Amino acid sequence: MSAPSSGGASRDGYGKALLRLSDDPRVVVLEADLGKSTKSCHFREKYPERTVSMGIAEQNMMLVAAGMAASGKVPFASTFAIFTERAFEQVRNGIARPGLKVHICGSHGGIHTGTDGSSAQSIEDLSIYRTIPKMTVIHPCDDLSAEELTVQLLDYSGPSYMRTARNKVPRMYDDQSKMGLRIGVGSVLEEGEDVALIACGVMVEQARNAASALSNEGVNCTVVDMHTIKPLDTSLLSTLAESCGCIVSAEDHSVFGGLGSAISEWISTNNPIPLEMVGVRDRFGESGSTSDLMEELDLTSESICDAARKAINRKNSS
Amino acid sequence: MGEAAQDKIAELEEMARLCRIDIVKMTHAAKSGHPGGSLSAIDSMVALYGTSMRFDTSNPDWDDRDRFVMSKGHASPAMYALLHQMGVLEESDIMSFRTMGSACQGHVDMNWTDGVDFSAGSLGMGLSFGLGCALSARMDSSERRIWVMLGDGETQEGQVWEAVMAANYHNANNLRVIVDRNRIQNDDFMEVQMEIGDIGSKFESFGWNVREVDGHDMAELVEVLHWTENADSGPIAIIANTTKGKGVSFMEDNPDFHGKAPNDKELETALEELS
Repeated sequence: MSAPSSGGASRDGYGKALLRLSDDPRVVVLEADLGKSTKSCHFREKYPERTVSMGIAEQNMMLVAAGMAASGKVPFASTFAIFTERAFEQVRNGIARPGLKVHICGSHGGIHTGTDGSSAQSIEDLSIYRTIPKMTVIHPCDDLSAEELTVQLLDYSGPSYMRTARNKVPRMYDDQSKMGLRIGVGSVLEEGEDVALIACGVMVEQARNAASALSNEGVNCTVVDMHTIKPLDTSLLSTLAESCGCIVSAEDHSVFGGLGSAISEWISTNNPIPLEMVGVRDRFGESGSTSDLMEELDLTSESICDAARKAINRKNSS
Repeated sequence: MGEAAQDKIAELEEMARLCRIDIVKMTHAAKSGHPGGSLSAIDSMVALYGTSMRFDTSNPDWDDRDRFVMSKGHASPAMYALLHQMGVLEESDIMSFRTMGSACQGHVDMNWTDGVDFSAGSLGMGLSFGLGCALSARMDSSERRIWVMLGDGETQEGQVWEAVMAANYHNANNLRVIVDRNRIQNDDFMEVQMEIGDIGSKFESFGWNVREVDGHDMAELVEVLHWTENADSGPIAIIANTTKGKGVSFMEDNPDFHGKAPNDKELETALEELS
């Protein structure tokens, strides 16, 4: 795996992917007055006849997308992550229950979105969509992986929710390594035998930073980009439970119901090994710079290091 | 009206009578369900399927068929009765209504029933779905038209008006709505719960082409459906003034029969009245 290179926000990858998908005439894009933010605007610019403006009306957008999917289209509907939550029941009953292939993208997810404040910082989206039967839930870590995974959605069965992030982060992939990405298959970025750091979204970068810091202490980490929260790559979890014996999860999301919970559900019923979770602990955010907020809420590489040491101690003392 | 037209009206009225019998029988058998709103909506549904609707009972999945979106999905007995009378569903299907494995789920469901185009249950969603179907039809240069059956109580849901606004903005001229204006919702009369007032003028203010009819006058329903064939602009809304529980005396205008099945004695009375 090559070293991270600079620059890309996962929402940019989503926008590029829509353009790559445009050759398929079934692909349609729905917007709710946030196309410039979610980056669906690039598709609109080139294919206005296949882009539908729904105004600031997310509930309507979800069911219009459902009607289009039932008519043979492959709709990609996007708005801010938090506003998709407004239409939760529409997604549950109107899209997922009939198994309609609508792909929802919630951008500006998590605390990372920053200065807009807590009303815009969705920290529960992965959790709520994970509870819906038939729903695939994806949270890429950079622009290249977001692009690749979005492109794969075209031929993926059933509805999906993808969370993208507002801000640029160092790339975890390059044009070659991104080709190895597969929906539903966790991506191993580094291999070590002491602890597995399993992260998603912007926390993948923090996990790699933590692995680097821990290596100075002689701790060897496996780092996984678990971009697909559901279906969870339990085969990889099984392997890591054997090879590392303890896990740290890291997510810019509540510890209730997200990646850490998903991992916990699996290991507690299959291979109970120590798990420590890094994530938002039952609180809302506030306005602030991304770095200040991530520090305030313990979403940092230092938090991951602390969690890793604790997990290793628990493993060794058991 | 010529003799042939009169015969057609009589044929449709007979079909509606048979559907009403199915509605009370299946809700009685299930000991649950929503007879009131099914009995109010059935005449306009029979008129639609008996005249304007383009579909093929031998090929319910025909791509270019018109779509019918039963947004008030609790009135599923009306849909199932119609499909039964058209030969799509068997007697055994409708008599297994609301039981495990039945093709007749509690609320209409496109994955369970041939001839059902929408999975309903939560009110307020069907018009948006219909708009998605309508926009897709236009993108595909298809002539198919999309019909949506809305309840009047359902228009209390804000999403309905999001869709009303969007349909006009996107010039969805292939989208047609029937509002079953029976003035009763789950708990009570709308005027007690949340009266919406003049629904037609609200659609009109959003740019829709609106006609108001007696939703139980088959000749009037057929005439307005004929009018929609040649209407030249805008999405169309037909406000069908109806009586909840129409055709069964003790259910008429009675909020209790929104979501209550007839018992044995009530079934007997209902069948006598419908014979």
